[in-house]
Amino acid sequence: MNYSFDIPPSKDKLRQMRRFVTEVLQKHQVTELETNMMVLAVDEVCANIIIHGQPEDSNDYVRIIIEVKKQGIWFEIIDKGAAFDILKYNEPVLGELIKSKQKGGMGIMLVKKIMDEIKFKSSKNQNSLRLYKKVDF
Amino acid sequence: MIEIHKDIENNYLLITVEGEADASSAIHLDNSIKESIEEDHKIILVDCTKLNYISSAGLGVFMSHIGEIEEKEINFILFGLSEKVMNVFNMLGLDQLLTIKSNKEEVLAGI
Repeated sequence: MNYSFDIPPSKDKLRQMRRFVTEVLQKHQVTELETNMMVLAVDEVCANIIIHGQPEDSNDYVRIIIEVKKQGIWFEIIDKGAAFDILKYNEPVLGELIKSKQKGGMGIMLVKKIMDEIKFKSSKNQNSLRLYKKVDF
Repeated sequence: MIEIHKDIENNYLLITVEGEADASSAIHLDNSIKESIEEDHKIILVDCTKLNYISSAGLGVFMSHIGEIEEKEINFILFGLSEKVMNVFNMLGLDQLLTIKSNKEEVLAGI
């Protein structure tokens, strides 16, 4: 079964997306702890797209598709902004972040820690990031 | 959506955080913590009992003040984190960098 949700390009709308993803995962009896981790990973990716990938006046929605399989869940996040391949991103070292008092950089670390598989594809019109998490249903 | 209250109780400042600390709301948490550090409180407790969600933006707020907390020798303690919120701190090892206690009683017994 597939589920999809279109997020308007605003940080304030991330809550609605999180609620949607949470409800879908609960419907499939995913534990609260695992649900929170997957919601977090998707939230981090969508926040990055909305904050860094899209022009401020963009009207393009970010689309998220959830595909529940027998042994896990695929999340696909599609946007039309600037391409950003998280697989090629070198995460900062935590100690350096503290020293420099920076607030960013941890989101992608979390996504990579949480997810079991990450695939990025960018074409002329859109970017697609696919995230897979194994689940014991 | 986040709600933050600040109260002075005895010899410490208590910051109560309710709701979600995400990319859109973490700025309010940041302002409040920044202000509290500037006010020169020596003991700052952050009650996270009603914090339902935290993303990297919220974690970043705590991370970014670690240096200053150490410099000013502030006793900065978080408590009451739910299992799922604690899990996010643990994933990046922030539980090793911040003082986190399970509840207010445990905090008060130690200060």
